[in-house]
Amino acid sequence: MEQAPRDPERQLQPAPLEPLGCPDAGLGAAVGKEAAGAGEEDSGVDTMTHNNFWLKKIEISVSEAEKRTGRNAMNMQETYTAYLIETRSVEHTDGQSVLTDSLWRRYSEFELLRNYLLVYYPHIVVPPLPEKRAEFVWHKLSADNMDPDFVERRRIGLENFLLRIASHPILCRDKIFYLFLTQEGNWKETVNETGFQLKADSRLKALNATFRVKNPDKRFTDLKHYSDELQSVISHLLRVRARVADRLYGVYKVHGNYGRVFSEWSAIEKEMGDGLQSAGHHMDVYASSIDDILEDEEHYADQLKEYLFYAEALRAVCRKHELMQYDLEMAAQDLASKKQQCEELATGTVRTFSLKGMTTKLFGQETPEQREARIKVLEEQINEGEQQLKSKNLEGREFVKNAWADIERFKEQKNRDLKEALISYAVMQISMCKKGIQVWTNAKECFSKM
Amino acid sequence: MEGERRASQARSSGLPAGGADGESPGGSAPFPGSSGSSALLQAEVLDLDEDEDDLEVFSKDASLMDMNSFSPMMPTSPLSMINQIKFEDEPDLKDLFITVDEPESHVTTIETFITYRIITKTSRGEFDSSEFEVRRRYQDFLWLKGKLEEAHPTLIIPPLPEKFIVKGMVERFNDDFIETRRKALHKFLNRIADHPTLTFNEDFKIFLTAQAWELSSHKKQGPGLLSRMGQTVRAVASSMRGVKNRPEEFMEMNNFIELFSQKINLIDKISQRIYKEEREYFDEMKEYGPIHILWSASEEDLVDTLKDVAGCIDRCCKATEKRMSGLSEALLPVVHEYVLYSEMLMGVMKRRDQIQAELDSKVEALTYKKTDTDLLPEEIGKLEDKVECANNALKADWERWKQNMQNDIKLAFTDMAEENIHYYEQCLATWESFLTSQTNLHLEETSEDKP
Repeated sequence: MEQAPRDPERQLQPAPLEPLGCPDAGLGAAVGKEAAGAGEEDSGVDTMTHNNFWLKKIEISVSEAEKRTGRNAMNMQETYTAYLIETRSVEHTDGQSVLTDSLWRRYSEFELLRNYLLVYYPHIVVPPLPEKRAEFVWHKLSADNMDPDFVERRRIGLENFLLRIASHPILCRDKIFYLFLTQEGNWKETVNETGFQLKADSRLKALNATFRVKNPDKRFTDLKHYSDELQSVISHLLRVRARVADRLYGVYKVHGNYGRVFSEWSAIEKEMGDGLQSAGHHMDVYASSIDDILEDEEHYADQLKEYLFYAEALRAVCRKHELMQYDLEMAAQDLASKKQQCEELATGTVRTFSLKGMTTKLFGQETPEQREARIKVLEEQINEGEQQLKSKNLEGREFVKNAWADIERFKEQKNRDLKEALISYAVMQISMCKKGIQVWTNAKECFSKM
Repeated sequence: MEGERRASQARSSGLPAGGADGESPGGSAPFPGSSGSSALLQAEVLDLDEDEDDLEVFSKDASLMDMNSFSPMMPTSPLSMINQIKFEDEPDLKDLFITVDEPESHVTTIETFITYRIITKTSRGEFDSSEFEVRRRYQDFLWLKGKLEEAHPTLIIPPLPEKFIVKGMVERFNDDFIETRRKALHKFLNRIADHPTLTFNEDFKIFLTAQAWELSSHKKQGPGLLSRMGQTVRAVASSMRGVKNRPEEFMEMNNFIELFSQKINLIDKISQRIYKEEREYFDEMKEYGPIHILWSASEEDLVDTLKDVAGCIDRCCKATEKRMSGLSEALLPVVHEYVLYSEMLMGVMKRRDQIQAELDSKVEALTYKKTDTDLLPEEIGKLEDKVECANNALKADWERWKQNMQNDIKLAFTDMAEENIHYYEQCLATWESFLTSQTNLHLEETSEDKP
């Protein structure tokens, strides 16, 4: 059990939350139908209760999405979507759930929550948000942010996001997260009051800047490579999947034309007429079946997308570590140089270049008193520096330990989730094949009766 | 007498009336397409780019097709056809077997053209021999069709494949194009052979049996090009008149033909579009599987699952390829032939109308006494006979054609449905076995965890 740095201001004591809705449940359910007795869902819940020791169980759901109009910061009219977040507490004894909180949030508020978490939990792989704009679109229609299908998938994605946080052993106890679920008005102000934006290391935003670290931690370097590979391969997969979906759509829809023509043709045929007509009907059924099939596949794509974005979260942790390491090395370097200066002053030898030393050389020696004073200042700085270095080192080790624990947790979650996603993909294919067999068997019967 | 001749011929060539010997006199040519293309390569004349985009409609696999008594398309030796199923409406056994194969390229200073080998095996008395092998080019087929139309203006002559494919043809002698044409020419000749009247046509016999020089000299005997052109002009002019007095049944027939033509053209377009879409789907799928293999390289715990998924996708890919080829073998050629048939039918209607128009104009002349009317009654009598013959011939052939059409269409679409069923069944089996292996693994793992 990892010992998370407990900040009494940020974390709730005692935490009233015990999340019930497990993000794995949705994925596991699909498998449950096909693989009887696999017990996927049980193992998911076990992992969570193992991490939880709270009082009440809660259920979180993002149950509705609504189009709203309002005025933005520049007092211009804008249209946006608001999402209803409902929190229910579940009584142990009878399993009945009671609605405890219900409020509306928009996407930008979710973003705010996540940015806050990123700053205060730098060692945690923070769950990603669903995409802001539809990408890897297979059909031109769903590129629109207001498209109902997109909104629906985003609703599910946001719910997933909250459930991931709620099932994270550390994040779930965060006060701001709690308030996000319970305090509608003023929440934004509360978040901003934490001053997290000031805390945010602006260097993290400079994604392309490289910080040369002399002794990089191999594990983090490997992790960064892994996250790059993961991002690259999932992007590629999603792109090709979108193209495949596009083509599949074409194949199915063209068959629909048969329906219309057969029907018209059947009007002039005496013997063949009935067979043609009913076969045409089956062609229509076939053509229209693709819509549901591809809608399901979109959910699969979303599951992969989550891990595409998780790659970014992994990279963020690596980056933070890199910066930490860099700061540490800079501090150590600084300390070393000060020590050297001190030593030189004390012994009178000049090995390192310093402006003071130069001017001394040029303009004459300084007095022993001056030198003493300087040595004293340096010694104070060195002391301070050593303290700082010590605490930085400690911080660094803590960071590495905690980060690595979360990364292990993340890895297990990822393996479970991806495996389930791939299995659910197989389930979808099976369903599609069965439908296909049905339709074509019917059509064949009609054709043979012509 | 005839029986004697048949028996003597049977003895000489080993072609029995019943029971096959398995002898293959012409040398076995089970896959004419493949040997044909090597012949083409040897000719070293043309760049035979496999330009898929232009003629993606027809697959390159010259794989064996279904046997169908009404549309014998299988390019095997005629001898094996003796064991074919009997026709429904023709109680006699087939006695004329024709194959078209071995396309070969010929170069002269003026032009380059392709000839096809035509092998005929027959037990008919009127043929001098029981076996013939000749080479013919597309022009010769055109000539034959013209002669048949001339001799039997109101019979439904089978269609020839198009002279050129209009859409984006780059190379006239593309492999696919040649193969498609060869199959269609094979079908053309066999349809004539199956036709109760056309099969005994003299020009048909000459086409099948005459040597090249014999055929050329025979061709020159017919009415010249100019007179034929003149005939066409007159035909067009007078056919309009014939439409007015068209009997009811032929009006119905004409309506059917018009609608049928519309619909079959649409179906042709739709079917070709489906093939195109399936091909593009296949092309994308080919890329899809390998990405999972790539991914497995960076995921220790998911290697097997990812590799298995890749394998499933690849197998589905192959199944798609097979489905495409099935479509191009079974459905597309049949539908296309009927597109061409519908054009033929309109021509037949015109010719019938023209014959009627001839009669009508003479009757008109008689009624209004425009010209010298002495010989008219006799002429009119002859023309009335002619019209009656033509109409009867057409009526009978129409019924036969409709019956064939229904059977061919029914078979083609049933085959298409069968291909799709097979495709989905294969994919289903692939994914189900993947799922089983995954759940088995999981059960193994969970049982290991249990204390």
